[in-house]
Amino acid sequence: MHNKSVAELSRELESGKISSVELTREYLGRLKKEDEQLNSFISITEDQALADAHAADEQRAAGKGTRWTGVPFAHKDIFCTNGVATTCGSKMLANFVPPYDATVTENFRKAGAVCLGKTNMDEFAMGSSTESSHFGATTNPWGLSKGEKRVPGGSSGGSAAAVAARLVPAATATDTGGSIRQPAALCGVTGLKPTYGRVSRYGMIAFASSLDQGGAMARSAEDAALMLNVMAGFDPKDSTSIDREVPDYTATLDEPLKGLRIGLPKEYFADNLSAAMEEQVRGAIREYEKLGATVKEISLPHANLAIAAYYVIAPAEASANLSRFDGARYGYRCEDPKDLMDMYTRTRAEGFGAEVKRRILVGTYALSAGYFDAYYLKAQKVRRLIQQDFIEAFREVDVLMSPTTPSPAFVQGEKSNDPVTMYLEDVFTVAINLAGIPAMSVPAGFVDGLPVGLQIIGDYFSEARLLNAAHQFQQVTDWHQRAPQ
Amino acid sequence: MTISREDIEKVAVLARIRVDDGQVSALEKDLGNILDLVDQLSVADTDSVEPMAHPLNAVQRLRPDEVTETNQREAFQAIAPATENGLYLVPRVIE
Repeated sequence: MHNKSVAELSRELESGKISSVELTREYLGRLKKEDEQLNSFISITEDQALADAHAADEQRAAGKGTRWTGVPFAHKDIFCTNGVATTCGSKMLANFVPPYDATVTENFRKAGAVCLGKTNMDEFAMGSSTESSHFGATTNPWGLSKGEKRVPGGSSGGSAAAVAARLVPAATATDTGGSIRQPAALCGVTGLKPTYGRVSRYGMIAFASSLDQGGAMARSAEDAALMLNVMAGFDPKDSTSIDREVPDYTATLDEPLKGLRIGLPKEYFADNLSAAMEEQVRGAIREYEKLGATVKEISLPHANLAIAAYYVIAPAEASANLSRFDGARYGYRCEDPKDLMDMYTRTRAEGFGAEVKRRILVGTYALSAGYFDAYYLKAQKVRRLIQQDFIEAFREVDVLMSPTTPSPAFVQGEKSNDPVTMYLEDVFTVAINLAGIPAMSVPAGFVDGLPVGLQIIGDYFSEARLLNAAHQFQQVTDWHQRAPQ
Repeated sequence: MTISREDIEKVAVLARIRVDDGQVSALEKDLGNILDLVDQLSVADTDSVEPMAHPLNAVQRLRPDEVTETNQREAFQAIAPATENGLYLVPRVIE
């Protein structure tokens, strides 16, 4: 049963072949047995899940089910869940039990889905390996059979590892600079980062407000479409939410790709990509040509500046967003502070991990008097140039394709002491967040037995087209069906 | 680019994060490397470029000036480190 997709589970629940309680018990049993070596979950909400499964079965029996009623899934621990601990992977929020739901959480609750728990993540979503979590690193299920402990990517590494290991059929995730696509690629699952503003950020703990976007981590594009149908939409509670009609993302999955114009950014097929990775990605692109797509090389001239712009803008916004964690109203507070300044400075020194402190300090520096123009303002101008590159590209092609990551999953500890090397893991993904456009990663092959991701990038609000392109690829390939031993 | 010990100490005060003497050397190296990375921005010609604050050029949406939130003080204070008589307790500021 755990090898079935969300779409298949939904059909089996609808037909009465299985109940949500049976399904939930199976996944919970599997989770408790298998997650010990992965550490992909921070919390498992067994009692609540079984209660929700009972309610879902009653709802289905009354003929009031939706596609999601009774389907198990998980939330990244960045989404606030009323009455359930929401830690964001940090000691700072280890004791935080929100008194409200995020809009995304509420949407899944209303759809009748059964949340099994909260998945592990880099602290405050800052990282590319899920090694910076206060609750310990998550291990990639790929490589374990060879005794290797590799990273699942980050920051949504818990969601990606859990979906890859078939501990849940799907999980929510967030992406600030690649945190859905990069772990999806390293774990061999499908990850979708929608257009900025498409999914509400209300109740999603903020890292960098102009970049953060909630999205989907699933086994297939069809399942990601089912997730986006629940997640997308205007939210008056989020001032960055966009008021625009939401299509049924499953309605166009079967459209043929004949005539699809694919652009290959030459800057993403350069020296920093290994020959083995390039071969897999180009093999995937040949499949698209067989499906009737045409391919041409295009240029994104400012692509090489994306990492630099990102590592000014994201830390600057983080330094402002994380100023709320001061020990006064919620979260961690240091022991016996002697005065207010002592409480602030010790609470934040003890509550935040090394990477979070580094980024707060860089962001504070970039925003401080004398440096604002040279760093922050300059980065926001470069951001405009990066956006214009994409706008130009989409005048010539319908989608762009590239590798999602420069290499497959690396060994735990290999890059954790070198922040700049770690930052380069997101070299193909950060520009998309700076521009605010949507992108996906789909499984597209293997190098040394480890998954490789193909990144599909689209114009603003073209999620349906991306999902269609990914789904058609998954009809003629089986990379997304492969599971770790 | 180098970042001095004094810069780090000044920024740590602004960021309200205590940095111990033993941590400063590691931060000098890490922050210096990060600033080297971001210094690549200086090669871009941005003289006539408008800064981009929002990907969709959206403007701040306003709402009617009406009270819509209900009082949830008890729910919010239930998760606070220390409260008394409906107020948050923090260390004394004025002796």
